[in-house]
Amino acid sequence: MGQYMGQSVKRVEDQRFITGKGQYTDDIQLPGMTFATIIRSPLAHANITNIDLSAAKNAPGFVASFVGSDIPEAIAGVPCGWQVDFKNGDTMKEPPHPLLARGKALHVGDAVAVVIAETQAQAKDAAAMVQVEYEELPAVTDISAALKDGAPQLHDGVPNNKIFDWELGSGLDAVDSALAGAAHVTSLDIVNQRLVPNPIEPRSAIGDYDDSRDYHTLYTSSQNPHVIRLLMCAFVLGLPEHKVRVVAPDVGGGFGSKIFHYIEEALMVWVAKQIKRPVKWTAERTESFLTDGQGRDHKTKAQMGFDSNGKMVALKVETDANLGAYLSTFSTAVPTYLHGTLMQGLYTTPAVHITVNAGVTNTAPVDAYRGAGRPEATFVLERLVETAAAEMGVDPAELRLKNFIPPFDGSEDQPGYQTQVALQYDSGNYEGVLKRLLEMSDYENLKKDREAARANGKLMGIGLSTYIEACGIAPSAVVGSLGARAGLFEAANIRVEPTGSVTLFTGSHSHGQGHETTFAQLIADDLGIPIENVEIVHGDTAKVPFGMGTYGSRSLAVGGSAIVKSLDKIKEKGAKIAAHLLEASTEDLDFAEGKWTVRGTDKSVAFGDVSLTAYVPHNYPEGLEPGLDETSFYDPANFTYPFGAHMAVVEVDPDTGKVDLKRFISCDDVGNVVNPMIVDGQIHGGVAQGIGQALLEGAVYDESGQLANASYMDYAMPRADDLPSFELDRTVTPCPHNPLGAKGAGEAGTIGSTPAVVNAVVDALRPLGVTDLEMPLSPQRVWAAMQQAK
Amino acid sequence: MIPESFDYQRASSVSDAISLLHQHGEGAKILAGGHSLVPTMKLRLSTPATLIDIGDLTELKYISDKGDYLAIGAGATHWMLESSDLIQQKAPALSQSAGQVGDVQVRNRGTIGGVLAHSDPQADYPGVILALNATIVVQGSGGERTIAAADYFTGLWETALEETEILTEVRIPTDNANANSCYLKFPQPASRYPYVGCAVAMSTAGGSCAEIRVGFSGVGETAFRDSGVENALQGQALSESSIAAASAKAAEGRSVLSDVFVSEEYRRAMAQVYAKRALSQLS
Amino acid sequence: MKVSMTVNGTAFEHDVEPRTLLVQHLRENMGLTGTHVGCDTSSCGACTILVNGETVKSCTLLAVQCDGADIKTIEGMATNGDLHPIQESFREKHGLQCGFCTPGMILSSWQLLERNPKPSEGEIRHALEGNFCRCTGYDNIVKAVQHASQQSA
Repeated sequence: MGQYMGQSVKRVEDQRFITGKGQYTDDIQLPGMTFATIIRSPLAHANITNIDLSAAKNAPGFVASFVGSDIPEAIAGVPCGWQVDFKNGDTMKEPPHPLLARGKALHVGDAVAVVIAETQAQAKDAAAMVQVEYEELPAVTDISAALKDGAPQLHDGVPNNKIFDWELGSGLDAVDSALAGAAHVTSLDIVNQRLVPNPIEPRSAIGDYDDSRDYHTLYTSSQNPHVIRLLMCAFVLGLPEHKVRVVAPDVGGGFGSKIFHYIEEALMVWVAKQIKRPVKWTAERTESFLTDGQGRDHKTKAQMGFDSNGKMVALKVETDANLGAYLSTFSTAVPTYLHGTLMQGLYTTPAVHITVNAGVTNTAPVDAYRGAGRPEATFVLERLVETAAAEMGVDPAELRLKNFIPPFDGSEDQPGYQTQVALQYDSGNYEGVLKRLLEMSDYENLKKDREAARANGKLMGIGLSTYIEACGIAPSAVVGSLGARAGLFEAANIRVEPTGSVTLFTGSHSHGQGHETTFAQLIADDLGIPIENVEIVHGDTAKVPFGMGTYGSRSLAVGGSAIVKSLDKIKEKGAKIAAHLLEASTEDLDFAEGKWTVRGTDKSVAFGDVSLTAYVPHNYPEGLEPGLDETSFYDPANFTYPFGAHMAVVEVDPDTGKVDLKRFISCDDVGNVVNPMIVDGQIHGGVAQGIGQALLEGAVYDESGQLANASYMDYAMPRADDLPSFELDRTVTPCPHNPLGAKGAGEAGTIGSTPAVVNAVVDALRPLGVTDLEMPLSPQRVWAAMQQAK
Repeated sequence: MIPESFDYQRASSVSDAISLLHQHGEGAKILAGGHSLVPTMKLRLSTPATLIDIGDLTELKYISDKGDYLAIGAGATHWMLESSDLIQQKAPALSQSAGQVGDVQVRNRGTIGGVLAHSDPQADYPGVILALNATIVVQGSGGERTIAAADYFTGLWETALEETEILTEVRIPTDNANANSCYLKFPQPASRYPYVGCAVAMSTAGGSCAEIRVGFSGVGETAFRDSGVENALQGQALSESSIAAASAKAAEGRSVLSDVFVSEEYRRAMAQVYAKRALSQLS
Repeated sequence: MKVSMTVNGTAFEHDVEPRTLLVQHLRENMGLTGTHVGCDTSSCGACTILVNGETVKSCTLLAVQCDGADIKTIEGMATNGDLHPIQESFREKHGLQCGFCTPGMILSSWQLLERNPKPSEGEIRHALEGNFCRCTGYDNIVKAVQHASQQSA
């Protein structure tokens, strides 16, 4: 270890952001650029009977307009990236998602036509002149209703709106009989409400076309430009990838919603070629609300059985998952492989089984949102555990400690833990994080405080949650066998410049995670060079060899491991050059502090001299290629499994139902940490979003399919004064199967925090007889529950 | 996000603004801070043909003590009200409500005149203006006239202001009740507009309520004075039980707003809770 | 119509449509893209700048309303290449992640400290209610403002 690893190095990228020099997609102005406005359906389900563009075509500054029938049939639409087949083996239903609606609109905000004009204002004016006639159809927004006979049907060939059904686990018979024999069974009906990710930068896409060389460029606010290029070229527009460059410049947050390949991206690329001019589309916030991939929206029935000693004996889960109107890129994986596979939790439950029914509704598409499936799984488990503890009259921390999988480090002596739901956990010390959390919170005294508060008529509550998640997606062979249509490895190209400075071209896009710092720390230490001598390049398919992108807390565990592999290659080749210069054998060399030294002597050669020699190879090993530039692809051996324990302390206003979050405490284990400051920041942000789900957020569709809170005036999201300062600590259990021992930190906070807050509020109200609450725990909901309990 | 095109006129004085209003007729609107009007124009919910900008008129930006009343120019920003010692002293409910309008940026630019002329049912001020028994001064081509706050709010988005008039001043009586006033707000968590905004001005004598005015914002289609609460407490000895009894009358017999997020029942209950808290605070 | 204003110390004059929003004017006509647009409802604060020394949301002002105004944007916060202490504090305390809300957040922090040089944590949180951040959970933003406050004696 050198001087950077494990240190809270201040972020390299901050300089441009704090001086206003960041460059986001909407900041880009190209010569001759035009502006697109998309006409969107105001109805949730409707036949489009006529589109009259005549007035728009005469508007000042009008350039072009297109409707669905203008786009060739061969361009069917954007694809889904993961095939989840029916239990009986039937192929998953995969209705098309056209770039512009073809005769039918399926959700409010569905794209119906596009108008392009010289200025943004003119595009808006012209779009306002487009007259669309609709024949309104009955809409369905609730997933359980959509799956029933007689529900409005969205797509041809998708009977009962069902995309697939799916199951995983020990078998229904096994869980049913274990539940039948259980001494205690806790049952809950759980709604995991729909959330709008809401990165503060709205989505934006610019299409540019150079007809002199038939070359397309797409600038897009995306977490994974290579994936966008692959999907767009191979499955949408039928373009050869060497003629398409996708650039994701600075991106103002994603949280999952900027993973997916959106229709607007392909549309801007296609339009640019039609009009032979650059064209920009930037979402207004309400467009973002209506069309960004949303999150969660599960309805679940769950039962957890215990024996007379309080040991878990069975878990049975049945979930209806709402996928929205179309299948977004990862939508089908979220309720299945990212959710069902986590149902073991941290517990030794011998019988676990989950069934999932997934379908379409007249709502915005639903896909991965920070945590993606793991928050839903954790919420089910941790609400059950906490409820069971109350029902059985035992301390919820004790109940967890009794049921945890014992510590294991993933070595041969303590191998990975095989769950009932397909995964093999890598390493863990689950009692370690919970015990540390109890210490941090002074749990025993906190419980006394709660008793004292209750005696004074105050509604104080303590809520716990523990979690495990699967990150670092994903081992290609494993996910390929599960239906993923692409492997999820990562690439890193390290170019050592002649004078010894280094440029990294990484497939891990950074949009807030601080890769430009973390990766530079890793490289600078490994090569023994100053961090200032490292430049990180990401987000451009014309520069980076390949990349699967940033999501699933994978950047350090997978992207970082690819960097390590390239560093190893650089050092291996460098050693050959150094050995030649030192007239020694590579076996006799040590590399440390930026130089190769002949072991036991003071003879050494510096990294910069070696790199210069590589590019000026006058005196050079025979047969060795010049240059010092190495590329690696790292395909992980397994998922990584971060875990942690969270606690919320709340007080509820008995008159209004308003929840005051007094403390939020967490102890997380994300494996080895390169930059503690950045990791803490990731936890902070995750926790805030998890608290947002518990207390404030929730997309509300009315019966006609209108999104009732499609703006910041109606959709509540945490502001600075909604949150306390967070109390954080961590334990470190390295990942045994990647070279950095890293597990991933991006989603941990979101996954653990939501159930902790809900458990705390239910705990506060338990003396009144309240046993469950549906999120978000708005003052009105909490107040109504208190009224009902009275 | 981009308003429809319009013609823009900058007024050099209040009288210039009035003549511009006449000149440009029906499609003309007054622009003050713009923080009520511009957002609706961006969404193209409001499409004035002409904007007459009075935002720069320093003659409308003042707060002064006239003895019997405080005179507040319509162009005074929320921040001016929030940070004014004079208002804090003579009408704390007004500075408290000003300090809870929107956020810092909105308060720096938005004006009291703009809010009152716009008459958004969800605004903070209307209930306060009623509780403080304010007078609203307007100017038209025929000169100046005054409107009692009680007569000003005539309906949803509607006021007693004529289309060719400009709201120029708000007068707050410097009576004992206004000096002992407060504004408490239960905000909608997203917009932070009041679900319930309760303003109370109350003078006391020998432990009893001598004079009381209660105004609610956000509860009904327009702000209202709550005579039910007032009558229940007027002349009564102030005690936990008398306050509880009076606040239980809050919004009684009133039509109360409801939507998918907040039921009528809850809003009514919160009106009672906030009335009780405000009355307790002043007692 | 003609609009002149001083932006970050430089005088500008442009001919603009009356409906041009100040934020569009800054971004499109002056190339000052450090000021961002995150919503349509004056809610998010990403477009916060200073007009005559006070923070405003530049998405809710018309450029023509600012004729003759003195404007400062994030690009004008540093002087002669030296970062403003608030900018330094945001870096020092990791008060930013994706950077999109950061310019507005820095200017709102400036306004707070200008009016209240030694704010409490509660006052800081309240003063930033007009600025959304989706990345940081605000924890380190609060610490950055506290740090900046301590820097000025």
